[in-house]
Amino acid sequence: MSEPGPGAAVPAAEVEEPAAAPPGPEARPAGRFRALGGRALVPVLSILTAFVVGALVIVFSDPETLRLFTSDPVAALQRAVEQVASAYSALVSGALGSPTQIAGALASGDGKQIARAFVPISETVLNATPLIFTGLSVALGFRSGLFNIGAEGQLYLGAIFATFVGFSLSGLPLVIHLPLAILAGFAGGALWGFIPGFLKARTGAHEVIVTIMLNYTAYRLLDWILKTSVFQRVGRNDPISKVVEESAAFPRFVGDAALRANWSTVVALLAAIAVSWLLFRSIRGFEFRAVGLNPGAARYAGMNIGRTVILTMIICGGLAGLAGTAHVLGPSRTLTPGFSPGWGFDGIAVALIGGSRPLGVVLAALLFGALRAGATPMQAATGIPIDLVVVIQALVIMFVAAPALVRGIYRLRTTQVTGTEVFAKGWGA
Amino acid sequence: MSAAAVAVGPAARAQGVTRQRVLGIVYLLLAAAIAVIFTNVPDGASSTFGLNLGPSPAVKLPDLILPSATTAWVLAAFCGFSGAVQLVRGFGIRWAVVLGLVALAFTFAFLTWATAGKSVSLVGILQTTVQRATPITFAALSGLLCERAGVVNIAIEGMLLAGAFTGAVVGSIATNPWLGVLGAALVGAALAWVLAVLAIRYYVDQIIAGTVINIFSLGITSFLSARVLQTNLELNNPPRLTPFAIPILSDIPIVGPILFNHNVFVYGMFLLVIAIQVALFRTRWGLRVRAVGEHPKAADTVGIDVLRIRYTNVVLAGVVAGIGGAYLTIGSTGSFDQNMSAGRGFIGLAAMIFGGWNPIGAFLASLIFGFADSLQARLSILAVPIPSEFLLMTPYIVTIIVVAGLVGRVRAPAADGKPYRKE
Repeated sequence: MSEPGPGAAVPAAEVEEPAAAPPGPEARPAGRFRALGGRALVPVLSILTAFVVGALVIVFSDPETLRLFTSDPVAALQRAVEQVASAYSALVSGALGSPTQIAGALASGDGKQIARAFVPISETVLNATPLIFTGLSVALGFRSGLFNIGAEGQLYLGAIFATFVGFSLSGLPLVIHLPLAILAGFAGGALWGFIPGFLKARTGAHEVIVTIMLNYTAYRLLDWILKTSVFQRVGRNDPISKVVEESAAFPRFVGDAALRANWSTVVALLAAIAVSWLLFRSIRGFEFRAVGLNPGAARYAGMNIGRTVILTMIICGGLAGLAGTAHVLGPSRTLTPGFSPGWGFDGIAVALIGGSRPLGVVLAALLFGALRAGATPMQAATGIPIDLVVVIQALVIMFVAAPALVRGIYRLRTTQVTGTEVFAKGWGA
Repeated sequence: MSAAAVAVGPAARAQGVTRQRVLGIVYLLLAAAIAVIFTNVPDGASSTFGLNLGPSPAVKLPDLILPSATTAWVLAAFCGFSGAVQLVRGFGIRWAVVLGLVALAFTFAFLTWATAGKSVSLVGILQTTVQRATPITFAALSGLLCERAGVVNIAIEGMLLAGAFTGAVVGSIATNPWLGVLGAALVGAALAWVLAVLAIRYYVDQIIAGTVINIFSLGITSFLSARVLQTNLELNNPPRLTPFAIPILSDIPIVGPILFNHNVFVYGMFLLVIAIQVALFRTRWGLRVRAVGEHPKAADTVGIDVLRIRYTNVVLAGVVAGIGGAYLTIGSTGSFDQNMSAGRGFIGLAAMIFGGWNPIGAFLASLIFGFADSLQARLSILAVPIPSEFLLMTPYIVTIIVVAGLVGRVRAPAADGKPYRKE
């Protein structure tokens, strides 16, 4: 347990700075822009490389193309390029919309047309919102030296709690009902985060195993709860919950039915600001980071590590719970089994790319939200399965976590070979 | 990790003192649960446990018929007595044996209650237990090979999934299950090699590297199965390796059908457990591996190539996990489903921890998980008044209890998870 150095996933670019520089907003102003550029370089190259590999996956998973390669290489190449181009252009236009359509709609001045042109952007924002929450959840854990793989389960618990408050109370005004439901969502996730935190602090059980097992438990719990008379919608036999009251749903930014972006995104941004304040401006947050960077020193300084671990996991769980809340009080207004397309796991990628900084998390979440938003139209238009996005995400995490790999590929000057720092030390034993 | 170790140090010692008391109270609660719930059966109901399997066993045993209520009361009394003794004077070093017996008593009381007025094949449950334990054991052995050399392998889940996929596809194309297994082993090795390079060469956090492989495996197998397998069904229809009875041994009553009537994966698992046990603790190679896992610097000083041992062990672990994955398709259901490994890789890790980083221990721990899984499958047929979702949760909750309850008692290799930098 004498491993020196930070225990948190401090972004690699930061580790390469003089070792003593503490992470924080107080970077020297003069070098700030250059540092930002340097900090963004590896993530940007990582994303680019991941897309290139994704293209290869598209090409080599098509039996027809593979067959053509032996008989007519030129036609095969042509087919490959066409497929990749059509898939990625569908992905991009599904995520951002097409400029010509937006311009045309704005010129026409027709409200309906404008709304339709902005649907992709609205979907991107909508998809980014849960990712901001789960990304913050994982990032906060990283800062305290904890690896929260349990965001997926925590968001289900949050959704269960929020939905319950959402449909069981009625007649309340929006200003009371909605905050209550949001709080319930936070509490549900916090409960699911408390368990691994408590077990880690008291018994040393490694949070990775416990949170993963709680993920599976949460899926089953949701399956069961949707069959109970309390939750199941009256008159339905399939697992679907009652509808969340209007007064507990996030209002949409725009009244148009096609634009689903809503105020949950604002809550997510507020959460990012709150986490930023917590980590870098509060005493508690200083303790979190101290425990993450060097638990031995933190304990020597009189910090209660067990309490920090529990508190961190509670807040991590709560943040992830809000991801589920944003969904059930937002676009869906109801609870269904397995509704998350893996937001909890995407949160890991988001936190890593965002360098475990709240602002970075928001930007990374927007990127992954765009990928998610574009994936569905891509599948509809070209038949390339949505799971391509998962592959790309895994590659992005890999390249971001191993900056030396990216620097090697692009022959970048490197000062020091370094990776993210160490989480696993023998399961806490 | 160190945060917990520091936090847990004093807590664990205090816990050692109170553990006796906690165990005693738990036993008493279990006794009360048996007395209140499991004795609640129709009057005069009896539980029938079948001890034969197959149409014409060589030696036919009579069924075991137990009066349900009486059996439950006896088991409750046993648990209560153990709890009282535990509270008053404790069992000393035999505490683990007593814990096992109480757990067994509780499980059996539960079974008696569930089958009151019905009949269930006990041998059938145990045979399924061995089958369900097989992929978990492969996963645990894979984790063990890595961690004994000081590399945490959380990517087993992804390797199982990739192995299952490759096994199905290669087996289908070649119409040969053995080639499918070979393909699965190679893919497992390839993923493990990626893990090794990331963890050993690039010093990426081993848990993050493992998570990358897990997400990648899930993504790529789902992608390919949606894009290729759904339209080319013939690529997902491998020939299976079917069970064959070992002559003579399989005729032994009870033990025969449980252990000696399986397919080659299960027999391979038995051999592998023994082979790794012997290799780790009785050969020069094993001594080197353990040295690398405990104190890489010392190992390096005496001339052991630390990084080479780590590379080979991680790749070997990938081969083992890949074969375990192939079991899921070629050795079991046949065709590949998205995310069909369903957490078995992680459960395998828990089994490894439970088994104290020891092959035989890991195998026995896997059997417990296999039993929970097998029981769950039987009970859903028996129409027990417990929602099936809760039965499905059992293996996961057992894992949490095991990891939380035992982690302080077993010790991981000292250098587990730490990258080694040669000076």
